[in-house]
Amino acid sequence: MSREAQTELPEARYSYGGDEFVFVELAEGMSLKVNFRAMAITNRLREENLEGVMDICPSNASYMVRVDPDVLHPDDLISRLKEIDEEAGDIAGFELPTRVVDVPVMMEDPWTHEALMRFRDRHQDPDATDLEYSARINGYDNKDDFIAALLGSPWLVTMIGFVPGLPWCYQLVPPEEQVEVPKYVRPRTFTPERAFGFGGGFAVIYSVQGAGGYQLYGLAPAPVLDVKQELKDFEDSIVFPKPGDIFNYRGIDREEFDEIRARVEDKTFEYRTRPFTFHPDRSLEDPHGYNKEILGVLYGD
Amino acid sequence: MAIKVNKPGLLTTVQDTGRFGEYDIGMPPSGAMDVFSYQVGNYLVGNEDGAAGLEITYFGPELEFTEDAVIAITGAELPPKINGEEAPTWETLAVEAGDVLTFDYLKNGARSYLAVAGGVDVPEFLHSRSTYTLIGLGGHEGRALQEGDELKVGEAGDRSDRVGMAVADEQVPKFGKEAEIRVIIGLASYRLTEESLRTFLDTEWTVTPDANRVGYRYRGGELEFVEREQPAGAGSDPANVVDLGYPVGSIQVPGGVEPIVLLNDAVTGGGYATIGTVISVDRDRLAQTKTNDKTRFRSVDLAEALKAREERRQQMAEIKQALS
Repeated sequence: MSREAQTELPEARYSYGGDEFVFVELAEGMSLKVNFRAMAITNRLREENLEGVMDICPSNASYMVRVDPDVLHPDDLISRLKEIDEEAGDIAGFELPTRVVDVPVMMEDPWTHEALMRFRDRHQDPDATDLEYSARINGYDNKDDFIAALLGSPWLVTMIGFVPGLPWCYQLVPPEEQVEVPKYVRPRTFTPERAFGFGGGFAVIYSVQGAGGYQLYGLAPAPVLDVKQELKDFEDSIVFPKPGDIFNYRGIDREEFDEIRARVEDKTFEYRTRPFTFHPDRSLEDPHGYNKEILGVLYGD
Repeated sequence: MAIKVNKPGLLTTVQDTGRFGEYDIGMPPSGAMDVFSYQVGNYLVGNEDGAAGLEITYFGPELEFTEDAVIAITGAELPPKINGEEAPTWETLAVEAGDVLTFDYLKNGARSYLAVAGGVDVPEFLHSRSTYTLIGLGGHEGRALQEGDELKVGEAGDRSDRVGMAVADEQVPKFGKEAEIRVIIGLASYRLTEESLRTFLDTEWTVTPDANRVGYRYRGGELEFVEREQPAGAGSDPANVVDLGYPVGSIQVPGGVEPIVLLNDAVTGGGYATIGTVISVDRDRLAQTKTNDKTRFRSVDLAEALKAREERRQQMAEIKQALS
């Protein structure tokens, strides 16, 4: 099974991003397999503490390394990356020590609704909401079934970026169940902070207010970015999500939303998290069965 | 010692070399856009490399010094005046308590740098004093300077012996209205047709009004993507790819008509196909172009980029040596 996982993936494309970056595209298309491979390679590279490596950025189906070429020649880095891919890129037996996180989201909240209504002229379907449109083009009978699918299975954080703290999340479901939506025809100039959005095959939480082109579905009451590091989850970093985190988006009502907001305001909020060792090959073999186990770890006690 | 901001100018920000090691959380480096001009300013006033200064964009501020200070102005041809008297650039200057620094209209280039002995002393945020303009972090309260701001300056001791030191004429960069910017083609350049890649390199592009610390947009040509069935996760637009990391200086072409070069305060990743990257040395030159200036992109290989980098390093070492 896992041997196949390796051979099914195409040859990686190694490329210079100017003289200070090396960019490696493992595949053009997104899959859990390719993200696991990116994570395995970048984790190994991080362990090696190579002099001259300044930033290691895993992304969805690719990764990027910022290098100081005065210390480490990009070609030498690429040679090493190819070796690491040989050694670690086969995800057979790959274990990811991570955590599983409860991420509350209020779907169809009034704030993102107002934002999306303001920019209907930039949308594929000005007469529907983003949820109605997305449900329809993904073959769902109604938006409630679509919401149930989004909230029904956990997600892997596959990339952090765009702006600080924004997590890209890919759902831990078989390819045929993956949701896919286009981005807005023209990006909005406004997106509320903590909006829950979707574009391509990825769910995100907008860490800050700003422009954005993803479909808008809801709002998270808890932040993913806390530059003042006032909340306990942000003691070590201004950013909460980490690549490899498993997020379970849990639907909440207005009452719970307000209650969590109050705890964020008085600095007592903490995410519910549980340590978890994630086995990618198990997820690929039996995603739904494994998801039950993951959610059991998160909510079992 | 402090600098009082009587008028802020168009966009004046506190910058140093930048914020590194945080790209993986989505934090771009920020920092001086024209590193050469910024660093030479520090050499002139005898600062340590990396001391914070001011980046002045297009239209200069009016600044008042509360005590005697040693300063230098480098970068664009934005003629400085001290108490209304024209003052030289690329030279160490003395100002006295109460002196007012203003600027005449921009002649060439886009960004000037003010270095002050002791460095601008704003709190560090993630080991840098640079202002990140896109979401408002770092620098002075996370924003461009405003009227009435007061900036503390670090302790410098007596540096009056440096006054009058100047960068040799042949070392001073000249900024015309046409720039050639070297790029390494790569990343997701396979998304462009071969003809469009040639068009990109053959076109004389014009800098649009949308040109700032986040990125520069250009007009002048039309580029086409190779037709394909979009892969899983990418979204339906042909300019879209599965969201990936954007190197600083990387070039993308949403819609095919407006190439964007992402710069120091840019987003760190996203779903547009990137086609190449400006080499690090030429980010300085790019930062000195302005709206309506012309730009050509020339394809180079890594060896040429590294050679340019090495030459730049030697040049800066020479300048530093001459000023020490």
